[in-house]
Amino acid sequence: MQPDGESEERARAWAQLMRSAQAGDRPAYERLLREITPFVRALARRRCTGPHDAEEIVQDTLLTVHRVRHTYDPERPFMPWLAAIAQRRGIDALRRRRRVERHEVHGTDPDGPGSGPEAPAHPDETFAEAGTNEEQVDRLRAAQQVGRLLERLPARQREAVESLKLKEMSLAEASAASGQSVGALKVNVHRAVKTLRRLFQEQK
Amino acid sequence: MDTQTDSLITDLAAGLEPVQRLRPPAVRALGWLTVVGVLSLAAILRYSDLHVFWQRVAVPRVAVECIATALTGIAAVFAAFELSIPGRSARWSLLPVPPFLLWLAASGLGCLANGFGHGVGESLHCFVFIAGASVPLAASLTWMLRRAGPIMAPLAVAGVGALGAAAIAAFVLQFFHPFDVTVIDLALHLAAVAVVMAVLTSFRRPLLGG
Repeated sequence: MQPDGESEERARAWAQLMRSAQAGDRPAYERLLREITPFVRALARRRCTGPHDAEEIVQDTLLTVHRVRHTYDPERPFMPWLAAIAQRRGIDALRRRRRVERHEVHGTDPDGPGSGPEAPAHPDETFAEAGTNEEQVDRLRAAQQVGRLLERLPARQREAVESLKLKEMSLAEASAASGQSVGALKVNVHRAVKTLRRLFQEQK
Repeated sequence: MDTQTDSLITDLAAGLEPVQRLRPPAVRALGWLTVVGVLSLAAILRYSDLHVFWQRVAVPRVAVECIATALTGIAAVFAAFELSIPGRSARWSLLPVPPFLLWLAASGLGCLANGFGHGVGESLHCFVFIAGASVPLAASLTWMLRRAGPIMAPLAVAGVGALGAAAIAAFVLQFFHPFDVTVIDLALHLAAVAVVMAVLTSFRRPLLGG
């Protein structure tokens, strides 16, 4: 446990960083997000079993902090504001997991209503070119979802998709990098697409 | 640090734009209440029989009932705006409780004086009025609350916000209510409030995006 003085000072520092971030100060914002992450992660770990689940809560919390940063009043303490967001996202994650368990579907990640679009991000867009705040968050959310789905693929299928479709290696390069034969790579890409399609359907 | 989280932070920071801070919740609540107050006043002046109203309100118990109804609505709306900001104390949801109890007490005394009532007919109009008037009130309130982005306490905000809309509707009803409260009256008023609250809390996630 930290002595009160230290955590108070830290909270004040974060309040200042958020004030700067509201004005558009990007380095201050990046520093703030990095500094609050361990704190948010510690809160998330209290709610869930695996580090994987905790990281999901951390990312959802950071995305929400970004979306509601206009609601923070710099004259007021920062910690209750941050903790309320982390707590809500933790509860949401718990609800999602219970819904998955209830439907006995293995390995899916159904997001509740109102939590973002289902469509994957356009592969040619970069995040730095994001339009409005909302659009940027929606794209990042979608990319997070795609990333999570990819992780649920069997290793060979994921490897095949990543090297051929995402990194855009040639068949020869991908075969050399992964150790899978060209034929195996093609079959695994095909299987991966089928699996992803099924996972997307189960999300709906 | 997890690489996905790491790149998320980089991306969020890279795309950061300045934002306009929300005005304090009390100020926003006052703004909404002012607009509603002006519109209600216009409707009351245009359509109600103020003579009858002043006669009714000359009875202290009725005056207290009216004031308590208004205060319940005002307190609930303030509480809803406060609770829509992450980190505000949950105790804000208690703010409308005292005036609500006063409303119940004053109405209850009236029921004691006026008895059960003559059947559901007239009171049904009151139910419809409160439920109906709550719709635009709740809709505009929801629209304003959403400026705070996804709500972190959706149940509290929806519940208290609904109470605010219904109580304000009930207060405006007082100006169009040429008779004193009976048990059936009170029951239907409360039922209308309960229905509004039940509907809004059921739809809190799609409405408030929590």
